[in-house]
Parts: sequence; structure tokens; C-alpha cells
Amino acid sequence: MQRHFDEELKGLHKEILKMGAFVQEAIHKSIESLKNRDKNQAQEVITTDDKIDELELVIDEHCIDLIARHQPMASDLRFITTGMKINAELERIADLAVDICQRVLELVDKPLLKPLIDTPKLAVICQEMVRDAIDAFVSRDVALAKKVAVSDAEADKLRNFIADELVNDYLAKDPSTASRAVPLLLIARHLERICDHATNIAEDVIYMVEAKVVKHHKEEL
Amino acid sequence: MIPKITVNNLDFWYGNFQALKNINALFKEKVITAIIGPSGCGKSTMLRVFNRMNDLVEGVRTTGEVLIDAENIIAPDTDLVSLRKKVGMVFQRPNPFPLSIYENIVFGEKIHYSGTRRDKLDGIVEESLKSVLLWDELKDNLNKSALSLSLEQKQRLCIARLIAVKPDILLMDEPCSTLDPQATARVEELMRELKNNYTIIIVTHNMQQAARISDDTGFMLLGELIEFARTEDIFTRPKDKRTEDYITGRYG
Repeated sequence: MQRHFDEELKGLHKEILKMGAFVQEAIHKSIESLKNRDKNQAQEVITTDDKIDELELVIDEHCIDLIARHQPMASDLRFITTGMKINAELERIADLAVDICQRVLELVDKPLLKPLIDTPKLAVICQEMVRDAIDAFVSRDVALAKKVAVSDAEADKLRNFIADELVNDYLAKDPSTASRAVPLLLIARHLERICDHATNIAEDVIYMVEAKVVKHHKEEL
Repeated sequence: MIPKITVNNLDFWYGNFQALKNINALFKEKVITAIIGPSGCGKSTMLRVFNRMNDLVEGVRTTGEVLIDAENIIAPDTDLVSLRKKVGMVFQRPNPFPLSIYENIVFGEKIHYSGTRRDKLDGIVEESLKSVLLWDELKDNLNKSALSLSLEQKQRLCIARLIAVKPDILLMDEPCSTLDPQATARVEELMRELKNNYTIIIVTHNMQQAARISDDTGFMLLGELIEFARTEDIFTRPKDKRTEDYITGRYG
């Protein structure tokens, strides 16, 4: 039976996709601003975050409205509650893109501490994980969601490698490098946190599609 | 888990029409079980098997087993009076007798045990009305006609009338369908209270009601029990697509 409710759910789906697109753009620009030492681009990401915050509120309200008016059950309920959670994860990702840009602004007028090699590698993993997590949501693709969740270990490993190198090769040897090393350390941390949020999205997608809770049970992936 | 009612391979026919098809289920003691499903799916028929109300219909046939406390109540030699004392039923429209409030409540006691002393009857009335939270409202008007009560009060009175004969199981067939939302909420609260002492099975068209008050839920379709599970599982992660379609409004 065709339901009017399906049209409403499609509307919510579109809003979450729009949020996903904004957030992917914010991450992309934050990483570009780091690579190109581009103050304007970093500033642009910080400014456009308001738009993402507003959309987060719109989506939240839409979800609450759908729950209140339709009292959804089963897959409808899982879709809406997952939508709410993904919305919050995406907003946090956008905040982390802003954090990266703030570190870029701290670094941009100082000489480069070292050529950036591993951070861009981590950025690539991070962008792929966010893209795949959103794609998994769109296409209800559990296999892709599982791939995202598994990739998180790789991101953690690379972040640790970057942190060890900055601490041991720079900060420990020459504390005067702190103003250039600490922002890089934090950027690695921000990128890794983005990967964590992408993993959360992927786990939410698995719950949405299969009604299976894998959060905090990675062994079930 | 203690099963109060065990249903094994239950089939039921109205003449040539098979209304229940190979039902197997365990109804737990002192929990609320909701039976949901579209009109004509057999849910009320199943409820009426549990106290043999269907026997009043001509040409019915039942096979299989319905064990209540290990006794097969489908057996022809079942004592229907004591069965219906043990398994009481609340109907869609409250049906108090055209008697006083007091007489409604003691009606069952008088039928089962003639000559009960007045002070014992008074005690039954007070205890029964208290258990449906009507005592404070009605204690000064016990001789008033039960027909003068509001719909909600009538439905509570009917529940009190059942409780007066000390049943184990309360069958409720759409008990709130004629009540407004506030009265429905109050009857639901009463059901939550009652489940401490009684096994309750409720048939309802109102899925939100089933989700709110029951511990277990069974979904029926075309005479079959499609899925029977914990209520939270039925309403968040049903296993059968037919259950999913029904509870999300895609059925039909």
C-alpha cells in the first residue's frame, strides 16, 4: 500500500543527504586549506559552519515531528532514530573540520615544521570513511558500512604514528617547536575523531538495515 | 518463565471456515500479552477459545490443545463454569447487568456459592472496587444502578465483577475501543496494576496501545499466528515481513 508517510521519509532522507554533502565539503576544504596553507579557505569553512548547525536543527525537528505525528514502528522507527543520530554525528564532524581550520590559522603564518606526508594520508582515509558511511546510509549497504567500521583501526594506527613522530622527533628534542608541532598533533587527532564519527554512522546504518546492534561489539562485524 | 497457557497445534472451524490454523504459543503468567492483527484474522476467536465462549456458536469445531495450568480445556469433559470463573473476559462495550453496582459485583459470588454471608459480600465488593480504583468514587452509591455510570466506570466495574470471582486470567477484547484517550490511559494504568496478580491477554486494534502496555505481542493474519515475541522486538525489529508490513501500515 502506498503511504503518504513514505513521502515524508523521503524528505528526511534528502535533508540528511544535503547535510552529508555540506559536511563532506567542509572536510575537503579544511584539508585543502591545510595543504595549501590557505587562510581564506580555512576562514570560509569556519563561517559556513553556521549553515550546517542550522540544518542540524531542521533535521532534528523534522525527526521529532515525524515521531510525534506518525508514531513509527519497526523499520520506519529505525530509519528516523538512525537519521537523528547520523545528523548529530555529521554536525560533530563539521565542528571537527572547523577545529582543523582553526589549527590551520594558527600554523599558516609560521614556517612549516616538516613536509606533510602522513597527515594527508590520514586525511584521505578520513574522507573515504565519511564518504562511504554516507553512501552506506543512502544505499542501505551493510557491506560498505562494515568496511567503514573496519577501516577505523587503520586511521588509529596512522594517527599514533603521526603523534609519535611529532613528539619524539620534534617536541622532545626541541620544545621550541611546540607552536608548530602541537597544532599538527591536534589536526591528526581531529582527523582521527572524524573517522570515529564515520564509524558511528556506519554502525548506525547496520542497525537501521539489519536491526542488529554492533556498537561496542566490533567482533560482530 | 512460567507458561500459564500453552497452545499446541490449535485449529478452529466455524462450519467449513477454518478461523485458526495450527496455532502454537506460550502465554506467560502475570504478564500482559497483546494480540494484534487486521479484522477477521482470528484474534478474538483465539481469545474466545481460552474460556470456551465459542461453544455458544453453532457448528464450531476445535482440535489441538490449550493447556491452562496443565489442564487441556478443549477436552469435552471440561467444567465450563469453573473454567469461566478462572478465565474471565472483558468485552469491547462494557456490559454491566441492569442491577445496582453492589449486585453486579456479588453476582458471580452468589452464583458460585449461594448463601454467602452479607459481611463477606461487603468485603468482596470493597476489595474488588478497590482493585479497579473505583472504591473511593462509588462507596457511597453502591445501590445506584450500574447503568448510570460513565463508560469508563462501567468498564472498570465489569473488570471488578470479574475480579470478584478470583480468576487467574483476564481476557480483554478491545477493552478501550469505546473510551476516550484519558479513560483509555486510566484503564491501561489499571491493567499494569492488575498484571501483578493476573495473567492478561488483550486483543486490540490500537497498535500504540499494544506497544505501550504489553510485555509480549502476537501478530495474527488469516487465522495464523505469524509472529509471537517480546513486544519491544515486535515493534522495533519484527522478523517476519508480514508483521513489518502490518505494523508500519503497509498492509492492505
